[in-house]
Amino acid sequence: MSDIKRVFSKGKAFIPFITVADPDIETSKEIIRAMAEEGASLIELGIPFSDPMAEGPVIQEANQRGLMTGVSSDDVFEMVQSLRAEGIDVPLAIMTYANVVFSYGTEAFLSRMEKAGFCALILPDVPYEEKDEFSFVAESHGIALISLIAPTSDERIRMIAADATGFIYCVSSLGVTGVRKSFSSNIGRMIDSVRSVRPDIPVAIGFGISDEESAKAMASLSDGVIIGSAIVRIIAEYGKDSPDHVRSFVRRIIKAIRSEIYF
Amino acid sequence: MSVRFGEYGGMYIPETLMNAVLELNEAYERFKDDPEFRSELQYLLNEYASRPSRLYYAANMTRDLGGAKIYLKREDLNHTGAHKINNALGQALLAKKMGKTRLIAETGAGQHGVATATAAALLSMECEIFMGRLDTERQALNVYRMELLGAKVHPVDSGTATLKDAVSETFREWTKRISDTHYVIGSVMGPHPFPTMVRDFQAVISAEIKEQILEKEGRLPDAVIACVGGGSNAIGAFYHFIEDESVRLIGCEAAGRGVDSCDTAATMATGRVGIFHGMKSIFCQDEHGQIAPVYSISAGLDYPGIGPEHAYLASVGRAEYVPITDDEAVNAFEYLSRTEGIIPAIESAHAVSYAIKLAPKMSRDQIIVVNISGRGDKDTAAIARYRGRNIYE
Repeated sequence: MSDIKRVFSKGKAFIPFITVADPDIETSKEIIRAMAEEGASLIELGIPFSDPMAEGPVIQEANQRGLMTGVSSDDVFEMVQSLRAEGIDVPLAIMTYANVVFSYGTEAFLSRMEKAGFCALILPDVPYEEKDEFSFVAESHGIALISLIAPTSDERIRMIAADATGFIYCVSSLGVTGVRKSFSSNIGRMIDSVRSVRPDIPVAIGFGISDEESAKAMASLSDGVIIGSAIVRIIAEYGKDSPDHVRSFVRRIIKAIRSEIYF
Repeated sequence: MSVRFGEYGGMYIPETLMNAVLELNEAYERFKDDPEFRSELQYLLNEYASRPSRLYYAANMTRDLGGAKIYLKREDLNHTGAHKINNALGQALLAKKMGKTRLIAETGAGQHGVATATAAALLSMECEIFMGRLDTERQALNVYRMELLGAKVHPVDSGTATLKDAVSETFREWTKRISDTHYVIGSVMGPHPFPTMVRDFQAVISAEIKEQILEKEGRLPDAVIACVGGGSNAIGAFYHFIEDESVRLIGCEAAGRGVDSCDTAATMATGRVGIFHGMKSIFCQDEHGQIAPVYSISAGLDYPGIGPEHAYLASVGRAEYVPITDDEAVNAFEYLSRTEGIIPAIESAHAVSYAIKLAPKMSRDQIIVVNISGRGDKDTAAIARYRGRNIYE
């Protein structure tokens, strides 16, 4: 089974996000090991960018901390290769901005992703209209360029879903990333729209999910949940000591989304 | 309408904003040639913003430099003191037609923020302006002007706390609240249709220059010079001359402390192709694609990118882009003040500086038009400080 298929093969998927090199590469590796051991379905690794337009303050600051270490895309590829060499085989995705990929050389970047053992790429500033520049190269390296849908996507959802690969990233609400209390009331309809054209493609919901309750609620509507800011906040608070704290958070979320307990 | 200029342009934005931008594109296509919209906008430009702006023959400067005849396009005489009002009125009117009730905008020097706040006041719309913390400090007077006009000004602390961060923050704000809100982008940048739409609203500058110079001289100019940050006054001054190959089109970038220093904002001289703020264009960036912190004495040119149409005009050799340092711009600021009694914006002084270099190399029967994109009142305290006089606004 390919990595991307494995993500959704064991019930509801849990997809945690971290910004690489926040606070440093060694801690990132520790956190990835911990999340993999706890059963994360896919881990999204953010390559820091100077101007992350889709991020709220929590992940913006993580990008700044990561950049302070001087981390580059090559460092991220090397880190993953060394984790793979340890035998860590959790599916991995890169989340970054178009310019990080474009400036590296799109072909070279995707080729390095394939060698390092990534299965998916998420570029929040590349919408459907601009995706061909990246998706064809990605496909040739066996990497899925993940499509996003938002509460404002409306009739675009069918078009986006028709061409989607890997899974669909459903943005839960308006605005940038960050913990929030309320979610779009449209999510059910958005997912129905996807299913009407592509019953085969999994949908994971992200943006704003922060605890067992919201994770459970969003997982019940979809095939999985993505959590970023809530984890990055733990890392911001505990720094080098964060891996154990992240581990217990991941354990709680996975238990919640895969259990029959309702909040 | 093409979404690109050669390879440059496009719409690299989060999916959340796509329908808003497509809706804007549709509305712009519908209204741009609509006679009622055109006449309403023309009325505001003429009666409210005081267009057409003068094309002034700078006799003293011409005599002093001893070369080409120099004309100054007086965008500084527009209401609110800069070319920015042309675009702000156009977009605000369009937003109103679209049923939007709230305008948001970024600003660097504050001129675009003031223009947007002015248009919002005129058209009874809500207005919020995002401005880098550093810029709110160096342009404190403009912050107060915006507040007087009824706008709320949000200082932006993220990143380098200057113009690029203000742009990012305004995009973020737009993704939070779309249905009643229009983002009035201040330059020929961002995702399609902004670079085309803003250019169309600013093209009135070159349309007027052409008519005025033909009337005064019976011929086209040999060169049109304008300063370039994102590039809206420059594209406005160039646009109707693009087909006239005999007219040199020269954009003056902010070199800050020099193109070989780290303290520069000269995108064409130091940047390369990238994707940022919704567009593929030329950007100042490091080897890893991280957008570079840029510097210029001029808050309005302190931007790490350039509009995609400029990148295209440069790539096909139709326009030239030259770097002008802080020192050169300040000298030109003082020179124009003394020689013609016109205090230009420090941004526009970059264009004046290149005219000072170029005019003596040209013959007396040749003509240069310099776009004075704004007036310099906002800069006088900063220039005094640059010269070691501690004046605070």
